[in-house]
Amino acid sequence: MQCPKCGAPMHTYNRNGVQIEQCSGCRGIFLDYGELESLTRLESQWSQQAPPAPPQQGYPVAPAPAWGAPRHGGHHGHHGHHNRGFGRMLFSS
Amino acid sequence: MSTPTVRALGRFASAEAHRNGGPCLCEGLADTPAHVLADRPDATVVRHGPVVAKAHAADTDPGELSVRAGVAAHPALAHVLLAPLTRSAVTADGRPVTFWPYGLPVDPRAPRDAPWEATATLLAALHAVPTDVLPGPLPPMRGPLKAARAVERMRGAGEHPDARAVEAAWAALPAWARAESPAPGRSLCHGDLHLGQLVRDPGGDGSWRLIDIDDMGEGDPAWDLARPAAWFACGLLAPDDWTRFLGAYRAAGGAAVPAEGDPWPALDVPARALTVQTAALAIAKSVAEHRELDADERDVIDACARIAHLPDELTPAPTK
Repeated sequence: MQCPKCGAPMHTYNRNGVQIEQCSGCRGIFLDYGELESLTRLESQWSQQAPPAPPQQGYPVAPAPAWGAPRHGGHHGHHGHHNRGFGRMLFSS
Repeated sequence: MSTPTVRALGRFASAEAHRNGGPCLCEGLADTPAHVLADRPDATVVRHGPVVAKAHAADTDPGELSVRAGVAAHPALAHVLLAPLTRSAVTADGRPVTFWPYGLPVDPRAPRDAPWEATATLLAALHAVPTDVLPGPLPPMRGPLKAARAVERMRGAGEHPDARAVEAAWAALPAWARAESPAPGRSLCHGDLHLGQLVRDPGGDGSWRLIDIDDMGEGDPAWDLARPAAWFACGLLAPDDWTRFLGAYRAAGGAAVPAEGDPWPALDVPARALTVQTAALAIAKSVAEHRELDADERDVIDACARIAHLPDELTPAPTK
């Protein structure tokens, strides 16, 4: 297939199951009917899944009060305190 | 370097350790009169071999101390509280002295070995003891009073940019948590739980016992869970450790929180009070020592700022 814009040959690629044609000359992309919608749907699924890490199996999240420290996802839900050692605060009034 | 109180306690402890005569062979301590475990106005603690002598605060009520020591010696608490030795004394400046067997404390360098389950199980047993079998009258648990004193100490220390957040978090607490009205709850409580309050029983199988009876009394058992709860909420205690502690307390039938579900309705007020107490002491100490707050202290003060900005609907209604 020839590029409708510059006439160079188009090559076919597969992206997440969607066939797209890209021009080897001007790098323009040709999408068939419905392919843009498919790509948009894939993108939105990816962005919904990505930010919150899936919960760790076997480590249910302990309830915390509204004023609790913000907890960032991490290995086993730990809060990154191990590098501070065992705070002396835990040993005094 | 040593104060008259420390020297007096060293003599007391040595005399108690060698009541039956004989030379002092106390683990290489023969050349050193005493080993000072703490030296503060509210507690000077000196060890000589197997004996620990503790001078309590000068304003200690002798009657209340006697009841508390009687509770620690009571058979119903033999597996919960370290029992005192039978002697007592008074320092030259009037501080009452009690004597205790020395037991190995929790190792601050071994966080993975921290006895969270044992601590929780001991607390559940303490909270389950029927108070009518104990010596009395049982004084109130002094947790709220300690929080109020910490805030007073912060106020007396001088200006600090973070004091406002701590004051605001304090002001949002109900009166009982600020020691301004009688506290709810009729359980026997420790009143000042932290990991420095556990030692291995030297007389038995080496299992853990709670020590330090100065704040023990009748009150809301949630107060005893509230310091670990506050550490967890402030991000100082890993969620796994908190879950271990709380799970063991519930497994032992502890009375302070419901057996399942969200424990925070019971824990919230005491945990906020202990967060304020910890923050106030951090400020007072950092001002006195002319130093910046460390990372842990900063976390606790940040929690006070979040408490101070809680929307009203997230603040549980004060109970009396």
